[in-house]
Amino acid sequence: MKSLETYRIRMPDLSPGEPPPSAVEEDRLKTHHVATPAAGQSGGVEGRLPDGYVLQDRYRIINLHAVGGMSTVYKAQDMRFARVVRLCIVKEMLNVATDPQVQAMIRSNFEREANILATLSHPGIVQVYDFFSEGPRCYLVLEYVDGKDLETILAETEGFLPEPQVVHWAIQVCDVLSYLHSHEPHPIVFRDIKPSNIMLDKQGRIKLVDFGIARIFQSGQRGTMIGTEGYTPPEQYRGVAEPRVDIYALGATMHHLLSKQDPRLEAPFSFHDRPIHKTNPTVSHELAEIINRALEYDIEKRFGSAEEMKRALMSLSSVRGLVGTAALGTAAFFSSDIRPLWRFRCEDEVRSSAAFHNGVVYIGSYDHNLYALDAGSGKFLWKYPTEGGVASSPCVHEEQVFFGSADRLLYALNAETGRLVWTCPTQGSVWSSPRVEFDHVFFGSDDQHLYAANIYSGRVAWKFAAEGKVRSSPAISGDTIYVGCEGGTLHAVDISGQLKWRFRARRGITSSPALGKGLVYVGSQDGYVYALDMRSGWVAWRYRTGGPVVSSPAVREDLVFIGSADGDLYALDAESGRVVWRFTTEGQVSSSPAVAGDVVYFGSVDGMVYSLDVRTGMLRWRFRTDGPVLSSPRVFNDVVYIGSDDRYVYALPA
Amino acid sequence: MRFLHRLFKRGRETVAVTVPLEMPERQQLVEQESAPPVSAPPARSRLNVGWSSDVGGVRRHNEDTALVIVADYAGDDALPPFGLFILADGMGGHQAGEVASSLAVRTMAYHIMRYLYLPALASYEHDAGQLALNEALVEATRAANVAVSCHVPGGGTTLTGAVVLGSRAYVAHVGDSRAYLVTEEGLEQITHDHSLVDRMVEMGQLTRDEAAVHPQKNILYRAIGQGGVIEVDTYIRTIPPKGRLLLCSDGLWSMVSDREIAEIVLTASSPQAACDSLVAAANQAGGLDNITVILVEPPYGSGV
Repeated sequence: MKSLETYRIRMPDLSPGEPPPSAVEEDRLKTHHVATPAAGQSGGVEGRLPDGYVLQDRYRIINLHAVGGMSTVYKAQDMRFARVVRLCIVKEMLNVATDPQVQAMIRSNFEREANILATLSHPGIVQVYDFFSEGPRCYLVLEYVDGKDLETILAETEGFLPEPQVVHWAIQVCDVLSYLHSHEPHPIVFRDIKPSNIMLDKQGRIKLVDFGIARIFQSGQRGTMIGTEGYTPPEQYRGVAEPRVDIYALGATMHHLLSKQDPRLEAPFSFHDRPIHKTNPTVSHELAEIINRALEYDIEKRFGSAEEMKRALMSLSSVRGLVGTAALGTAAFFSSDIRPLWRFRCEDEVRSSAAFHNGVVYIGSYDHNLYALDAGSGKFLWKYPTEGGVASSPCVHEEQVFFGSADRLLYALNAETGRLVWTCPTQGSVWSSPRVEFDHVFFGSDDQHLYAANIYSGRVAWKFAAEGKVRSSPAISGDTIYVGCEGGTLHAVDISGQLKWRFRARRGITSSPALGKGLVYVGSQDGYVYALDMRSGWVAWRYRTGGPVVSSPAVREDLVFIGSADGDLYALDAESGRVVWRFTTEGQVSSSPAVAGDVVYFGSVDGMVYSLDVRTGMLRWRFRTDGPVLSSPRVFNDVVYIGSDDRYVYALPA
Repeated sequence: MRFLHRLFKRGRETVAVTVPLEMPERQQLVEQESAPPVSAPPARSRLNVGWSSDVGGVRRHNEDTALVIVADYAGDDALPPFGLFILADGMGGHQAGEVASSLAVRTMAYHIMRYLYLPALASYEHDAGQLALNEALVEATRAANVAVSCHVPGGGTTLTGAVVLGSRAYVAHVGDSRAYLVTEEGLEQITHDHSLVDRMVEMGQLTRDEAAVHPQKNILYRAIGQGGVIEVDTYIRTIPPKGRLLLCSDGLWSMVSDREIAEIVLTASSPQAACDSLVAAANQAGGLDNITVILVEPPYGSGV
């Protein structure tokens, strides 16, 4: 299958039948030649033939058809057929070599390739009628096709081209490629399949145009592209020209036609980062897979031949006339719900999140109790009754459990026995979850203060006045404590209770900040997720969701996970705030995601607990509870602990 | 009025609402803290910067442009030491390259100062109404793209800009100039070249060595001046203690190896001496292109 230099027939050039480039088009093309400003200009043909000029006493120029970098294309009339108007295309290329030997070599190469083209005969290929030279100018006379190329058709199409239409064209292209690739003695590689090189005639048949013979005239030029950027496979840049090059280019062409994303305007080799269904959800999974296979960077993973690709296309249900399989594979997952390891029923809703210590799970409930359960069996160990609902999530430090209650107290209990060690009174309900650092417990209260209390005595070391109720839980890094408040302010406070800086969102910050590499992440009820410079509070980036964000972010390497009342869980790029993926649930996501290994877990008001792959957002499993899930999951030893408004605490296999 | 209001409001709050910490641990904690009081600045609270730009040994014009702005400040925490560093490598005949790179740099700097730094000077707190750092960087880069596209036909340029706040670098990037983090472990390339060959190296289709001599190594698929709405890459890095941020044009990185660059930076007596040595090394290796370098050393003890 090795292709000889002689059979490399392609050209990054304008084709006959293609309209002259508009200003916009020129602008777009320039994009890809920024670094080689000299390349396009050097081979241009100077001095156009006037209308009415006759070449070889036979071809009368009607008008200029198109101008490319290496050639000029005219529409002409073949005078040999005196009684009828027989149109043809005349392509003129200038032999610019100054060395007579090189000039002679270029001419003989031209004649050799033109001879081969003239012998090709296939309804899907523009016929070469004639070729000749006049001085330094070489001419090719081609069949005139009355129609439009696919690039023009795509531009004129509102919305998306129908899938069966594109598949139908692709099958025809496969036929032509099979013909070329089985050419004897050597396969012919087209090397420049792209929408503008595929014409559609008035009968709806496709024709490949522009066998780029003009390449011969530009050999040796610095920075000249082989093929057309965007459609060209990686190996072609290494000089490989074999039939599977055309399969990739056909895949790229189909991707462009269906997604309407011009690969020349995207980063090279980025098809796999831009799945078709992202812009065009109507495309079937089966077709997307065929295109992906054609677009494999590894040549061995592509279809072995155009015939094989054609067979795959023919087997599509959209071609067979059956109803497309619009339903994606996700339904299969929904049936495979997991079973809980155990569940424990409280007297009221469970919105608190669990803490784990020495084989014991601690969790609060709106029934006023803090529960201690055996992590392995869910067996009840003890409970501690407070005077208000416990939505605050406990934390354990040095054999003590700390948690807040709506009865305005922060409690410290002995972790083993559940006996009270001390309480710390505030002037408002304590929904905020405590954090321990520097032998102090830090927590917020509805009395609008952030507290620092000694973990041994419960004595308040200081309290810091926020600009609203503090329901957010503090995050601590170095000497700084970060906490949000319902007034919309995120405060950065030093360990002596002095304000370092503050950031003001447009609505309350119930979300608890999470810390990443030098950045503080937090959500706000104004709908945004903010990333703030840790040192100064400067906004590094922000991302707007479709609803208030009370969920707290979880950070894992370069991703930030957070839920929104718009019903989605977002995975955002930690550095730029761009959406990497999002997962849509049937209810608001107020629960804060938890990450363990390569999995992210969270609950939704739709009653589900979800388990997703961190990288792709693909659903691993979901588990249905009988009430909204506002509790945030915690994962210990491969077990997910989470509460639900159905009053149960669940232990699920991670 | 707003300015004074905020100033007053802030002062009142921090003083009035804080109950002093009265515990033995506090003393300990404060002693451990190296955060300096405002009245006695640390040994060096400013960004230490060097830069150099040279035509090289072969070209006749220097089409590179560099800009350095440093705003030191030792006051409240909301305004850390600020630095703006921009580098552009122009391309295009008939001096279009020089015009493109200087216009791009000036446009970007104007936008950053106007929409990012000046508002921060005027306000004692950050709020949701301000532009985020990455938005300001992206918009400034896009403004440069529009300016070059409109005013410099046939010209294009790379553009790599960094805002440094204390020890944190926020980088915006288009083209094949580069930003590196230089640490004792060596060189970490922050930016990705928007060149065809770099993309192929990432895909495993070319080796670094093959890319260095590839006939299409100069082809960028993204550059300032291409028109339309340009994609801008942004990066955030914390410069570790003793680490430095290096911006350079391909006149440096295509001539001098990563190892050599790191060695020069780490052994130089100052950022400026390092820049001078880097340019000399590139020239010694042939100096085939213009060489521009900017080296930034963040303040000591600048915290997180």
